[in-house]
Amino acid sequence: MRADLFEKRKYLIIGFISIIFLIMLVKLFFIQIVNKSYKVYADNNSIKEKIIYPGRGLIYDRNGNLIVCNEAVYDLLITPNLVKKNFDTTTFCKLVNIDLSTFEELLSKSKKYSRYKPSVFISQIPKEEIASIEESLYMFDGIEIQARTVRKYPFPVGAHVFGDVGEVSESFLKNNPEYRLGDYTGLNGLEKKYENELKGVKGVKQILVNVHNVEMGSYNNGENDISALQGNNLILELDIELQAYAEKLMKHKKGSIVVIDPKTGGILTLVSAPTYNPNLLVGRERSKNYSMLVNDTVYTPLLNRALLGEYPPGSTFKMFNGLIALQNGTISQNTKFSCAGPNATPIKCTHNHESPLSIVAALRESCNPYFRLAFENYINSFASPADGLNSWAKTAHSFGLGEIYNTDLAFSRKGNIPDANFYNRIYPNQKWKSSTIRSLSIGQGEILVTPIQLANYVTVIANNGQYTDPHFVRAIISPEDTIHPFEKNVHKALVDEKHFKVIKDGMHEVVKSGTARWYGQVEGIDICGKTGTVQNAGENHALFVGFAPKDNPQIAIAVVVENSGYGSTFAVPIASLLIEYYLNREIKRHHIEEHVLNTKLIEY
Amino acid sequence: MARRGSTIKNMDFVVVIIYVVLVAFGLFNIFSTTSEPFIKNIDFSFATNYGRQAIFIGVSFVVAAIILIMDAEFFSRLSYIIYALIILLLILVLIIGSEISGAKAWIQIGSFSLQPAEFAKFATALALSKYLSANPFPKMNYKNRIITLAIIFLPVALIMLQPDAGSALVFLSFFIALFREGLSIKFVLFVFYLIAITILSLLIDKFILIGVIVGAIVLLYFFLRKQRNIIAYLSMVLVVSAICIFSVDFVYDRLLQSHQKDRIEVLLGKKTDIQGIGYNVHQSKIAIGSGGFSGKGYLNGTQTKFNFVPEQQTDFIFCTVGEEFGFIGSLFVLGLFLTLIIRIIILAERQRTAFSRIYGYCVAGILFLHVTINISMTIGLLPVIGIPLPFFSYGGSSLIAFTILLFIFVKLDTYRFDLLNNG
Repeated sequence: MRADLFEKRKYLIIGFISIIFLIMLVKLFFIQIVNKSYKVYADNNSIKEKIIYPGRGLIYDRNGNLIVCNEAVYDLLITPNLVKKNFDTTTFCKLVNIDLSTFEELLSKSKKYSRYKPSVFISQIPKEEIASIEESLYMFDGIEIQARTVRKYPFPVGAHVFGDVGEVSESFLKNNPEYRLGDYTGLNGLEKKYENELKGVKGVKQILVNVHNVEMGSYNNGENDISALQGNNLILELDIELQAYAEKLMKHKKGSIVVIDPKTGGILTLVSAPTYNPNLLVGRERSKNYSMLVNDTVYTPLLNRALLGEYPPGSTFKMFNGLIALQNGTISQNTKFSCAGPNATPIKCTHNHESPLSIVAALRESCNPYFRLAFENYINSFASPADGLNSWAKTAHSFGLGEIYNTDLAFSRKGNIPDANFYNRIYPNQKWKSSTIRSLSIGQGEILVTPIQLANYVTVIANNGQYTDPHFVRAIISPEDTIHPFEKNVHKALVDEKHFKVIKDGMHEVVKSGTARWYGQVEGIDICGKTGTVQNAGENHALFVGFAPKDNPQIAIAVVVENSGYGSTFAVPIASLLIEYYLNREIKRHHIEEHVLNTKLIEY
Repeated sequence: MARRGSTIKNMDFVVVIIYVVLVAFGLFNIFSTTSEPFIKNIDFSFATNYGRQAIFIGVSFVVAAIILIMDAEFFSRLSYIIYALIILLLILVLIIGSEISGAKAWIQIGSFSLQPAEFAKFATALALSKYLSANPFPKMNYKNRIITLAIIFLPVALIMLQPDAGSALVFLSFFIALFREGLSIKFVLFVFYLIAITILSLLIDKFILIGVIVGAIVLLYFFLRKQRNIIAYLSMVLVVSAICIFSVDFVYDRLLQSHQKDRIEVLLGKKTDIQGIGYNVHQSKIAIGSGGFSGKGYLNGTQTKFNFVPEQQTDFIFCTVGEEFGFIGSLFVLGLFLTLIIRIIILAERQRTAFSRIYGYCVAGILFLHVTINISMTIGLLPVIGIPLPFFSYGGSSLIAFTILLFIFVKLDTYRFDLLNNG
């Protein structure tokens, strides 16, 4: 053998090959050990999280009626990258009843969200329609069905109480990252206030999928799965039958009714008229119906007048002015003032009646001069009008007026209880005195209250000076516990208990023989009440506040009927019918009921 | 010719054992890629890929055994005839071949398809070894050099016509053998230089690149102007560089298909669409990367099992190793291949005939290039070039051809003492 000249080159070759292998090994080291992101990618690839939507909590009324429940609907989800060329668009569109341009529009929307993750394509298909779609679904790669529940209202009333449920908005998602696009949330009313109780816990099922998104079995034997948990149930203080009856009576009228159980502060009924059927804001027609309601600027059916409507209380405020003068000692129950009737100055009296008269008769006759004098004497008994008015305002606040109840009510307005600062702004250099603000004596002028405040105010009178914050929910029922959230919020008014008896006597007289006598009396029930007629740019607003029975109050009520004239005409019969219905569960005074039902004040 | 000792006694067991381990491990991994998540019964029949692969392995063992009992002289004597037959097959496949995914690379025989390009590797190795052993480098004239290149590039040209760029690329591995036999270092460096400017010309503007090269050559001239013939050398470098750059431009713009261009651009970082062209590599890296240090366990790989990785039983089989056996598995497989290749080089060096030595280097080179291209593509070091991982990937032609390639060398190696006696 001849000597090999190039044998040493084997070292170069082995070295070169070894270096190349080392490079591959280093790269492998980096992607397999150093870089952890590939594990995440891998999970994103092969583990599909299937969300199991829990049913929202159910809502019952005080008598155990199921008033808000759930109904199964089905969403079609689409995963755009799985929609292949052989997808028969025409057949699919026919199947789900949409046209081709809608299909393209929805598809591009889904693509915008994600090409690789499923998103809702067509939502809320009812049970009856889903069966036929399910049968042909095998033909359409990339489409899957997801079960959801939506709200159902067996009693088509109470829209303003319950509020509504809708898909989360993008701004909501920003603040609440635990939600996902397409999730539902309470948007108003109790649904919003109790979202955390009602929403339940979403279940998550981790499923292994192959590249075609076909499910291959559960991941890790389901050990990481979370089962869905239905939301907590609510028991309301609401009486759904009374609510339904109240809405029926308020049909074709504008205004509001608030009924409170004086013993608990629980709201028995809350009506804002005009209202709408809560079932309108459920299902596929939701957005169409919503825009119809929101665009109605004449009747504003979405406006909750019970919490947002601010009205001068008018004569219904006379009890307060009486109470505060009694408490202060400015008057006693025997103090009499004389009244010149329609000729009285500076505020005339609307009725002819005996004169002079004491507080009980003054309430019965709704005597304006009496309360003007009592009010001015009250203010003047202080060192300055400012002190007097501030004391008056402080006491009004202790009746829950000018207050927002921090319970489960939706967004509310405060109304206006004017104090010294308020008038100092209007009349600089404090050039105002008791006579400047005397309109307050008859509940007119700058004072404003909301219907819920008015109902609470009459509750305070019914309870001889105390109230529990008005609220809807009696109990939250969870699997572990039952919570009564509002039992202990008891407030005391700054008027002693002993002064209420004479006021109640006066209110009883109002119904028995005063301004409410025509429509207010119910056989066998001692009703106490007070009418109010509030001057207004248009027709007067009619008001009534009352409670019954006189000695053991079980119901307190405030009724506002806008632009309907005297308080006695509509506010009184509506209130007395509701009291009759609530306490007797039947209506005997059919002529009064017909009078109310047959009156059409607005075309709605 | 007298023989010392039997074939079995002289056989190199390191090579044979590594071969068996690779083939068996490959089968395990092919089995794992079966899409069924809950395998109830194992079906070693033609119905499943792993069943077919098991049969191919059986056939390969028979082929290996036949090679081992044949006379080693047979291969050196019949080198040119085998080469000629394979060239005929490569021509035949262009005429009667069936087209699968755009390449006419398979000849259908009954229910099996034969891929002649796989067999062209050992045939070319034989012919090259035969020619080079008769015409060693120091004595080579220009005619010898042209014939040497022709032996390599004739099958390359035919394979490019299919077209199957991946298989053609592997033939460059013969330059490792040529280098060992005395190919000029200058030539090798020049090849590296051309590879570098090819890559650069894809990355930066060709006129800037030429400007830089001209600048560098002018500089070099001032440093080396005392050397003889320096102007001629440097002019040649410049001209070849320019030809290379413009032909890359031409090949890239006119000849390469768009998917090949895309693969190159993704690798060079010019495109980052991980869901489009880069999808395969991205998925492959996810599968391997998610394996971590010790892997997800055998049969537990979600990425490979659920078809996220394309071609997972053939070109991307290494993903299963990476995912289910982790870095340990990768190290094991790379270690086996490196040991095998170095072992073959050591064996080649102990051969006493140039034919056996050159053939050994050809085997080592082919294996090296196959493993490097295949694994580098799965981990994103090279563009996606569809060639199998030797002994591992699913496929009968590839497995049988690699078995023949390897076992001819094992057989040649058993004769090392005989030829020493005769020498």
